[in-house]
Amino acid sequence: MQFDVAVIGAGVTGALTARELSRYSLKVALLEKCSDVAMGATRANSAIVHAGFDAANGTLKAKFNVEGTALMPSVCEELNVPYKNIGSLVVAYSEKEVETLDILYHRGYKNGVPDMKVLNRRELKELEPGISDSALAALWAPTAGIVCPYELTIAACNNAAVNGTQVLRECEVKSIADDGEYFTLETTKGEIRAKYIVNAAGVHSDDVARMIGDDSFNIIPRKGEYYLLDKCESEKLSHILFKCPSEMGKGILLTPTVDGNVLAGPTSVDIDDKDDVDTTQEGLAMVSANACKAIPSISLRSAITSFSGIRAHTDREENDFIIGPSEKNGRFINAAGIESPGLSSAPAIGKYLADLVAKLTGAEKKQDFDPVRPAPVRFREMDTEQRKALIEKDKRYGRIICRCETVTEGEILDAIHSPVGAVDMDGVKRRTRAGMGRCQSGFCGSKVVEILARELGKDINEITKFGGKSCIVYERTK
Amino acid sequence: MLNYDLAVIGGGPAGMAAALEAKENGVEKIIILERAAVLGGILEQCIHAGFGLHYFKEELSGPEYAHRFIELVEKTDIDVKVDTMVLTIEDNNIITATNNTDGLIQIKAKAIILAMGCRERPRGAINIAGSRCSGIMTAGTAQKYVNIDGYMPGHKIVILGSGDIGLIMARRMSLEGAKVQMVCELQPYSNGLTRNIVQCLDDMGIPLKLSCTVVAAHGKERLEGVTIADVDERLCPIPGTEKFVECDTLLLSIGLIPENELTRMAGISLDRITNGAVVDEYRQTEREGIFACGNVLQVHDLVDYVTIESKLAGKGAAKYIKGESFGGDYVETKGTDGVRYIVPQKINRDTDCDVNLYFRVGSVYKGAKLVVKCGDNVIMTKKRPRMCPSEMETVTIKKDIISSLPDGEALTVSVEE
Ligand SMILES: Cc1cc2nc3c(=O)[nH]c(=O)nc-3n(C[C@H](O)[C@H](O)[C@H](O)COP(=O)(O)OP(=O)(O)OC[C@H]3O[C@@H](n4cnc5c(N)ncnc54)[C@H](O)[C@@H]3O)c2cc1C
Ligand SMILES: Cc1cc2nc3c(=O)[nH]c(=O)nc-3n(C[C@H](O)[C@H](O)[C@H](O)COP(=O)(O)OP(=O)(O)OC[C@H]3O[C@@H](n4cnc5c(N)ncnc54)[C@H](O)[C@@H]3O)c2cc1C
Repeated sequence: MQFDVAVIGAGVTGALTARELSRYSLKVALLEKCSDVAMGATRANSAIVHAGFDAANGTLKAKFNVEGTALMPSVCEELNVPYKNIGSLVVAYSEKEVETLDILYHRGYKNGVPDMKVLNRRELKELEPGISDSALAALWAPTAGIVCPYELTIAACNNAAVNGTQVLRECEVKSIADDGEYFTLETTKGEIRAKYIVNAAGVHSDDVARMIGDDSFNIIPRKGEYYLLDKCESEKLSHILFKCPSEMGKGILLTPTVDGNVLAGPTSVDIDDKDDVDTTQEGLAMVSANACKAIPSISLRSAITSFSGIRAHTDREENDFIIGPSEKNGRFINAAGIESPGLSSAPAIGKYLADLVAKLTGAEKKQDFDPVRPAPVRFREMDTEQRKALIEKDKRYGRIICRCETVTEGEILDAIHSPVGAVDMDGVKRRTRAGMGRCQSGFCGSKVVEILARELGKDINEITKFGGKSCIVYERTK
Repeated sequence: MLNYDLAVIGGGPAGMAAALEAKENGVEKIIILERAAVLGGILEQCIHAGFGLHYFKEELSGPEYAHRFIELVEKTDIDVKVDTMVLTIEDNNIITATNNTDGLIQIKAKAIILAMGCRERPRGAINIAGSRCSGIMTAGTAQKYVNIDGYMPGHKIVILGSGDIGLIMARRMSLEGAKVQMVCELQPYSNGLTRNIVQCLDDMGIPLKLSCTVVAAHGKERLEGVTIADVDERLCPIPGTEKFVECDTLLLSIGLIPENELTRMAGISLDRITNGAVVDEYRQTEREGIFACGNVLQVHDLVDYVTIESKLAGKGAAKYIKGESFGGDYVETKGTDGVRYIVPQKINRDTDCDVNLYFRVGSVYKGAKLVVKCGDNVIMTKKRPRMCPSEMETVTIKKDIISSLPDGEALTVSVEE
């Protein structure tokens, strides 16, 4: 298989880069080692489109964050991905923290963040009535929002695929050789040749860079743990609520999610194993102890699940994204160290990298690029008349599979048969929300397994949760 | 729009018994709406014996018990729609349901009986730290895989929770050749029926670890083991007592939650302890004409009690449809001192029947008394050799006692040691 560009890693960075590349007359491959896309940091993060006042002035983080956040609404509209521009509040509880708000305001201003405002107690209470009485003031940033990171990534992959990109899953890059014109990538799906490489391998971006001899940075995996709360908590807050950053980092935040749940987290702990996404008792206890400060009426007893994600923190002093051609090889382009605000920045990083590759290769824009990923059917969001019409067209939308999230069989079939379709349970879950509700697939799990087996022509004991050995059941009973 | 006298939501033992009883009491047009492909509810997957000892005085398997009712339903002109999920109940008793043959259906009913059963609490409800690997499932899900689909959900198993489903699955999996390492129970006592502990664990040589819980799950893809720990009196894990236990499957049997989404949507308030609707002696909720029975109202240990309760709801609905109602003056009931809740939560003062109060105690009692009072006035006391949270208790209050109770005082039940 021979390509102009191979993008390594189908997280939000790689996916949006591949989609932008697919605007050009280039042969593009997106290579992902996992059984599905969006399985790295993109699967487990705060899902916040940051306004952009956190990063130091003049950094790539600041630049791409502000640009990415500005692009996000239109990208989400084209890809039909839920995005809500709800705005964020950094809440101060002491005089010292009130001073920090000022610093953030000025930093944001220099970064080009529009329309920020420091709110006094009364204004804060008006905007967020459930806020703790001990809150003194807050920095209001109306451009911040929330998005579904894995849906964004899945949608971008589907759209890239429709526009000609080959999305290869279970395709781990093991080594890379270069003959000066073509790289040869040794992968778990065989040999792949490409003129250019974009390294968007997340926490493994240092390992991939080392494959071409670039050892200019190391990734220090840094874990963040979360609780996800039941939808019943969602009416208690309507904005993203940060604490004031301290030496300990940004701290534990509370935010609504686009699907109407509430997220509490993350912690921040350096770990050794880059792929260790286990939650820990200590981490979850830390979230419990700190999460409800902003909104005292929130109860962590309504947690329906917990999870953790790994930040790709670099050991470089400047503490910035590493974006651009490697010093070792000008055809190998890094998008490495993409920790927060990586999600917010992704639309801008993708565009920047695609334009860069186009310039290097002299590729032209395609006439027939289709920027739209059609909106998937969302039965739960329809009214009675819409539902009626839908079921009349296709009876399979009349059969509810997931009762907690009201997901129909038709939606699950759509997810399986889309260009980058679901192949396992977590894939169905991320694409349709079947199994993401209160009962966490207790009820629909076995039905989803059945549908996957039927549609993929497999036995149900070949169906997995997320690839590899993560089977659901073993052999037949005697 | 379809018109019915009575619509029953849920075709488990509760829904079927309620519909049949309503029919027997003269209700004409009745429909049962069931989300699964067949009637029978959770019983369809309970292939072990142990059903019907009280009601039929013989020991039946789950499906056998269900089939007795399915046959009775089939003999009547009660309409049944399976594979049909009820989505909403609107203000004027209009039910919206959907399936893949009729599409979206709307039904207007004079009365509605809620019989949606309950579901198992998932992992998230207790927050086991560790991996998101496969191999962690509720005992009921595993029961479905092994009994209905015919697949082994695991080979080396740890069960968390000693409720009946957990105990029954311990035996089931052992009989299928799996190794059940242990059953861990957070409480210092088991939540299962004594007969299940004997038959499912003792007879199979499976250890029951009390005051013990699973604190973490390990495994990159499939589960490889769990960390268990002892817990203190406050049920918190005691640091230093952690132990690793190898297993490829963790079955959770950590309680059931009544499935009250529809109830809530209909604006009916729930009892904070039972998580079911607040009802009167005929199981009428606070919304006139809407009744609730079976596991959706309170989690029952035995299906026999579900049947008895559901007949009350069926009778109540028939009375309502015929326009026979009571004055609307209620005596409230209240569990105190060791009694966690009482169903029904209120009784019509001018009721026409003796009323059984169903309730559970909060911990294990030996040789204690149940005391029923109204204000300071002791109405009856009953000695009980042993009471425990896992076994539902009941006392009967005669109807003339109810009508003679003073105004404004609640009827209380408490434990005295
Ligand atoms: C706890 C936490 C909270 C965060 N909160 C926010 C937030 O609120 N807002 C925000 O803007 N950002 C946030 N971020 C940052 C954001 O999540 C990341 O920057 C973003 O998801 C990174 O995407 P990525 O595509 O670069 O990496 P990833 O999503 O990690 O994708 C990398 C992909 O590369 C694949 N891969 C690795 N090695 C190979 C190989 N050899 N061959 C093939 N494929 C390979 C991996 O399997 C993976 O799928 C947060 C991050 C964390 C961890
Ligand atoms: C695993 C297990 C083992 C058990 N073992 C025993 C035992 O050994 N002995 C014993 O006596 N009892 C046992 N029980 C208890 C007994 O089976 C239950 O108490 C009884 O089945 C409850 O009846 P139900 O009709 O209230 O609920 P269910 O049987 O759960 O029926 C409710 C029905 O409502 C349907 N429904 C729910 N929502 C909707 C909707 N929106 N639209 C349409 N339909 C809907 C469901 O699909 C279901 O079929 C066991 C229970 C379980 C779960």
